[in-house]
Amino acid sequence: MQRIAITVNGRETGLEVEPRTLLVHYLRDKLNLTGTHVGCDTGQCGACTVLLDGQSVKSCMLLAVQADGGSVDTVEGLAKDGQYHPVQEGFWEKHGLQCGFCTPGLLMTSIQLLRDHPDPSEAQIRHAIEGNLCRCTGYQNIIEAIKYAGGKMRDAPRE
Amino acid sequence: MAMAPPTKLFGAAIKRREDPRLITGKGSFTDDVRLVNMATMAVLRSPHAHARITRIDVGAARKAPGVLAVYAGRDLEGKIGTMPCAWLVPNAGLKVPVYPALASDRVRYYGEGVAMVVAEDGYLARDALDLIQVDYEPLPAVVDQEKAVQPGAPQIHQEIPNNLAFTWHFAGGDVDAAFRDAEVTVQQRLLNQRLLPTALETRGAVAEFNGGSGDLTLWCTTQNPHILRFHMANITGIAEHKIRVIAKDVGGGFGSKIPVYGGEALVCMAARDLGRPVRWSEDRSENYVATTHGRDHIQDVELAARRDGTITGLRIKAWASMGAYLSTAAPGVPTWLFGLIVPGCYHIPNTDVTVYGVLTNNTPTDAYRGAGRPEATYVIERLVDLLAGELRMDPAELRRKNFIPTDKFPYTVASGGLTYDSGNYPGTLDKALAMVSYPALRREQEQARQQGRLMGVGFSTYVEVCGLAPSAAAGFMGFQGGLWESAIVRVHPHGKVTVTTGASPHGQGEETAFAQIAADELGVAIDDIEVVHGDTDRVQFGWGTYGSRTATVGGAAVSMAARKVREKAEKVAAHMLETSPQNVEFADGVFRIKGATGVNKTMAEVALHAHLAWSMPEGVTPGLEESHFFDPANFVYPFGCHVCIVEVERDTGEVEIKRYVGVDDCGKVINPMLVDGQLHGGIAQGIAQALYEEAVYDENGQLLTGTMMDYAIPKASDLPRYELGRTETPSPHNPLGVKGIGEAGTIASSAAVVNAVMDALAPLGIKHLDMPLKAEKVWQAIQRAGGK
Repeated sequence: MQRIAITVNGRETGLEVEPRTLLVHYLRDKLNLTGTHVGCDTGQCGACTVLLDGQSVKSCMLLAVQADGGSVDTVEGLAKDGQYHPVQEGFWEKHGLQCGFCTPGLLMTSIQLLRDHPDPSEAQIRHAIEGNLCRCTGYQNIIEAIKYAGGKMRDAPRE
Repeated sequence: MAMAPPTKLFGAAIKRREDPRLITGKGSFTDDVRLVNMATMAVLRSPHAHARITRIDVGAARKAPGVLAVYAGRDLEGKIGTMPCAWLVPNAGLKVPVYPALASDRVRYYGEGVAMVVAEDGYLARDALDLIQVDYEPLPAVVDQEKAVQPGAPQIHQEIPNNLAFTWHFAGGDVDAAFRDAEVTVQQRLLNQRLLPTALETRGAVAEFNGGSGDLTLWCTTQNPHILRFHMANITGIAEHKIRVIAKDVGGGFGSKIPVYGGEALVCMAARDLGRPVRWSEDRSENYVATTHGRDHIQDVELAARRDGTITGLRIKAWASMGAYLSTAAPGVPTWLFGLIVPGCYHIPNTDVTVYGVLTNNTPTDAYRGAGRPEATYVIERLVDLLAGELRMDPAELRRKNFIPTDKFPYTVASGGLTYDSGNYPGTLDKALAMVSYPALRREQEQARQQGRLMGVGFSTYVEVCGLAPSAAAGFMGFQGGLWESAIVRVHPHGKVTVTTGASPHGQGEETAFAQIAADELGVAIDDIEVVHGDTDRVQFGWGTYGSRTATVGGAAVSMAARKVREKAEKVAAHMLETSPQNVEFADGVFRIKGATGVNKTMAEVALHAHLAWSMPEGVTPGLEESHFFDPANFVYPFGCHVCIVEVERDTGEVEIKRYVGVDDCGKVINPMLVDGQLHGGIAQGIAQALYEEAVYDENGQLLTGTMMDYAIPKASDLPRYELGRTETPSPHNPLGVKGIGEAGTIASSAAVVNAVMDALAPLGIKHLDMPLKAEKVWQAIQRAGGK
């Protein structure tokens, strides 16, 4: 067992884990943050995407101990003071989700994408979300959602 | 019956109320359930496609750290029963093999469960799996369904000779005469390949057994909680009314979460034995072997016609791979749901369909989005294109020539099996032709061909049968269930409304659509209406969500229950207004005396009055709640025309979809945003079958496409935009006039894509290629044709 300290959604967490514990299981089972989902076992689907020190990562492909001392952001931390993050708003406005299982991972990927490309083209969006599989939407409304969010963030940058 | 108020929300693109919990990570998926003292189950699965189990030793596993119990197949004796086949297709010589939750003496497919461990957590459970010792004596395996029915093939079940689970035949007219007298015939052998449904959420279950009360609670990733409850009663021996099944949020299903599987039975057994809640969740590679697969038909098909293009006959012989066992709904998919709709949009007076249901040493197949109808549409749409090529006729005009005329509805197909409710096939064709500027498109193609570019245009005009189903039809077809749907509409004393539905949406958005229906009917603000589903304790009875039935059958039940509430409320309002019901109207969301706009009663005021019941009209009982069971008189028949435009790269064989246009008619539309979403997702899955996906087994029955690294689920960069058009031809068979749309996109699209690619390759003389049209396959065909 190893004691690790990870800040999750701004809160410090300190728990003992076995070194083989995946970061996604640390979040889901140790912290009960079940918003981050597991959809595959080969790092393809991206349902487990979170931000680690601001970078989008697949939390099923990381051990919790690798995040020791770091800062993780999950979907549960996106809304602030009852206000949705623009990416959440975009997905709601544009029907960018159906079953919702892939959605938390896509929201986190979108944040990284819009930071790197504040006004992305459709081709850039499709390329950037290749690591997030969706089986329900066919992706078209997800692209609209991200464009919407980008527009909102350009008009009124957060903080 | 009172008139409906003018509708306001019906037809509006209202944002979904499902979304707030899903975009904040507060959904309630099965693997999110957290119970005190919960243990975790893991399943050991066979590495062989066909083998005898000569020895299984769980001793070491039982002693492993954190292990609470280990079960092998023989340990299930007396505890849980076997898995049901609940579609007993009649007149087909159906033989149903015994289907255990875990194998005991013999495994019959790669991935079949042979033992399971319950431990304190998933890591420890998987550690213990490695300690279970199993000795297998491998047997010859067969995964090709044509080979499996030949004499001498490995026998998968002793009691089912030649692995033939059923032979189904359905015909109309005189197809032998049609082919004898035909002026032209086209034949083709078609492969409709095996697919892995791949809902993003894998399957799972959590069971909690209360030893004091005898109540069992089962959370499960199911599309049909009531069906699951019914069968769990049979399997566990616990009375049905003591079982509660909960499926609040389910991460996609596409048919693969309809069946009753062993996993949920095993957690129920373990929870009862251990006195602790037990959870289980597939990982993806487990899902790929343990969850039902889709499609897998080999079809010999032929069309008879006159030189002028009039189709006279259709004959199909198909071999459907059922896998090693018959899954819950499996026999009905390649038979009724396929064979009845094969004539499609066309008037074909002579049809003959024979389907062999063959057991094979691989994962059981069952419904997958479209379930039989994509297989049927693919047959007829490929044949029509082949006929067009043979006759050098334009494929759009050949289709139009053979369409069932718009004034011939209701139209009964030659076999007598189905009566299409309403249709306007030229309407969707014309709209699609206009959207693609068809004459200019063909000129563009001509120019491209002169430049040596391989550009193709492919059509798919489809009609499908959905809105499962009239209960009498279900019985006639051998489906062991009714297919009506139920709803309760309850107005609470404070005036808020609860709508319960026996449907079980898992992404389709009916929490929103049903609130729209109820709000219109009751004059209550939509935000004051909750829609409840997916919990057998909160919803009386139901059949679940599949077969594009939720809006048609479920929505109709909601509408009629709400109307009953409004009718009762009108009587109470009249009493409150001290007048007779004939003097009262429901307008602008309130009950008022006709012509007098001053005094009125809201639904909330009426509800409180009825709850107190201090003074009620004669013969009217207290409270304001009504239920309705809607049993449709017929299926519904959405239809449309999809057009796919592709360019094939000569040097690589890669197919690029330049445009994808879909014009669909699903009758009246409750929420156009939801309809578009279903079409986007459905079309994506059909394109994926046409170009990318296939579940590949080697001849030893090993699944080669066993993870997402090998099975090509399309990414965002693999798919085009979808341009959608709509026409609206209401169905007469439900009060809303709606038809289903959940599967239509998938039903139409594979044929459109394949027809487009074959049109692109036509100048090279290539007649047909099977799906998936991967670049390597297309490139090799180009090479063989000398078209470098």
